[in-house]
Amino acid sequence: MARIPLVHLAHARSGDKGDTANVGVIAYEPDHYPLLQEQLTPSAVKHHFGTMVRGPVERFELPNLHALNFLLHGALDGGGTVSLMNDAQGKVFSTALLRMEVEVPDAVAEAVRERGRIPPGWDPDHYGESRHD
Amino acid sequence: MAERTHIRIASGQGFWGDDLEAPVRQVEGGAIDYLVMDYLAEVTMSIMQKQRARDPAAGYARDFIPLMERILPACVERGIRVVTNAGGVNPGGCAAALVEVGRRVGLGGRARVGRVEGDDILDRLDALLEEGHDLAHMETGEPLRAVRDRVESANVYLGAAPIVEALQGGADVVVTGRSTDTALTYAPMIHEFGWGPDDHDRLAAGVVAGHINECGAQSTGGNCLIDWWTLPFMEEVGFPIIEADPDGTFVVTKHRGTGGRVTRGTVSEQIVYEMGDPSEYITPDVVADFTSIRLEDEGPDRVRVRGIRGGPRTDFLKVSIAYADGWKATGTLTYAWPDAAAKAQAAAKVLRARLDRLGLEFDAVRTELVGWDSTHGSLVGPPPADLPEVQLRVGVRGRDRAAVERFTREIAPLVLTGPPSVTGFAGGRPRVQQIMAYWPALIRREAVEPHLTVHVSEV
Repeated sequence: MARIPLVHLAHARSGDKGDTANVGVIAYEPDHYPLLQEQLTPSAVKHHFGTMVRGPVERFELPNLHALNFLLHGALDGGGTVSLMNDAQGKVFSTALLRMEVEVPDAVAEAVRERGRIPPGWDPDHYGESRHD
Repeated sequence: MAERTHIRIASGQGFWGDDLEAPVRQVEGGAIDYLVMDYLAEVTMSIMQKQRARDPAAGYARDFIPLMERILPACVERGIRVVTNAGGVNPGGCAAALVEVGRRVGLGGRARVGRVEGDDILDRLDALLEEGHDLAHMETGEPLRAVRDRVESANVYLGAAPIVEALQGGADVVVTGRSTDTALTYAPMIHEFGWGPDDHDRLAAGVVAGHINECGAQSTGGNCLIDWWTLPFMEEVGFPIIEADPDGTFVVTKHRGTGGRVTRGTVSEQIVYEMGDPSEYITPDVVADFTSIRLEDEGPDRVRVRGIRGGPRTDFLKVSIAYADGWKATGTLTYAWPDAAAKAQAAAKVLRARLDRLGLEFDAVRTELVGWDSTHGSLVGPPPADLPEVQLRVGVRGRDRAAVERFTREIAPLVLTGPPSVTGFAGGRPRVQQIMAYWPALIRREAVEPHLTVHVSEV
């Protein structure tokens, strides 16, 4: 088994509702969804965020989309216009969750090693040039 | 009216401040039947109330008017109908400005504008409280009386019914106040396909389509994390288009030749955005079950959505209330290598000590290091000694405006009186902002629905 950051297994998006941030985590491969279900428990996610999330963590499952939705209560310093946080609307809590380490079989770790991050040698000067339709 | 079998509903704006060229691309880039534009966020209504207090003709999304001046002739020419909540707290003022636009572009009465009013309950608030609607905070349960004297805006989230009525009345442009973002997209489906209030699954499908449309390019590559570095031609990103069928299935796509991408991945990211309990996505018209959504790739930049289930609507509507809740300000300074983070932390300590010595009291003081911990917080640990630079960001909030004002005068002095290698203060003093806190509440339908009005007039 190997420990790897979630960023190689899933993509994510986050948003806000008042003082609660939501993070939707979507497995790149449907085959890896059970791994997420098993390891991204509400208590494990709460532990991952530590002092960043003052309230409880709730989890909801969207198996058709091989996705999990987390509600992080008390994460936004009051939220919206009240919050003093740079990320007052929780827009990048998604990537904060993708730092979390999960345990996977060695073969999975090897297969997803380059998933989720820009490839070596990628050049921002050429971003978006492969126009298609 | 003959019911159509297939309609294309294009998203033109995801928020007030979105890409001004996007609606033009939607109109010019290919065939569409409806253009829907969402302008309202929770905080927007209180800002608009303040604008209307200063000028009775204001209080709507002003950007909408010059935009319509550009696209209204083409929309009328091609039979594209526009549905928008740009009316804000003054749909009447917005509609009047549209009539002026019609005259300037020489439409000569060839178009009709519909306006929906009655979502704004600010003037009725005391009467409603008197009648026993306590408008308790949805999370804390506290009755609204606790903050009544500080309320700046109160608007009910309306569903599709008044928009459908305006479309049936022949409106080419429908302007609403606080309609839900999703209703802008599914009201045309109800109108065209003749869905009834008990068509729960189809209405729920309309809600999902609305959710995919409501944030503009967020479903077509914008802000999408999945393979973001491979996205083509984002300078002209295609906004989403829903190709809807009467059975409640639909395809998410975008115009050919535009940038971005539509895949199960990009659509999934938007589906989970701002999601609560996915099995109960509550709207004024139906409760949609987002766990029932099935996505299938159907060729390049085409994703078919099917399988959606819904349940009956509730007896309540949601109210968005904003109330004044103190003041805040945020100041920043930039510190350079060597020991950039240490300098910033030392400066923050000096600043806090000065605020204490001045006897200033705040409800909260927050220090972040932009470039180190302002987004991932405690997950990143202590900053390394060799950071090339870091921005110190200090914010305060409290009830005492004078204290917050004084804080804004304590940032610049640090440049000459604190740790070295500091720059980035050219923007001047931080701005003091009034905090408009959000108070979500529920109200029974019958307290609102009889007060809704729909007017359709010639442009």
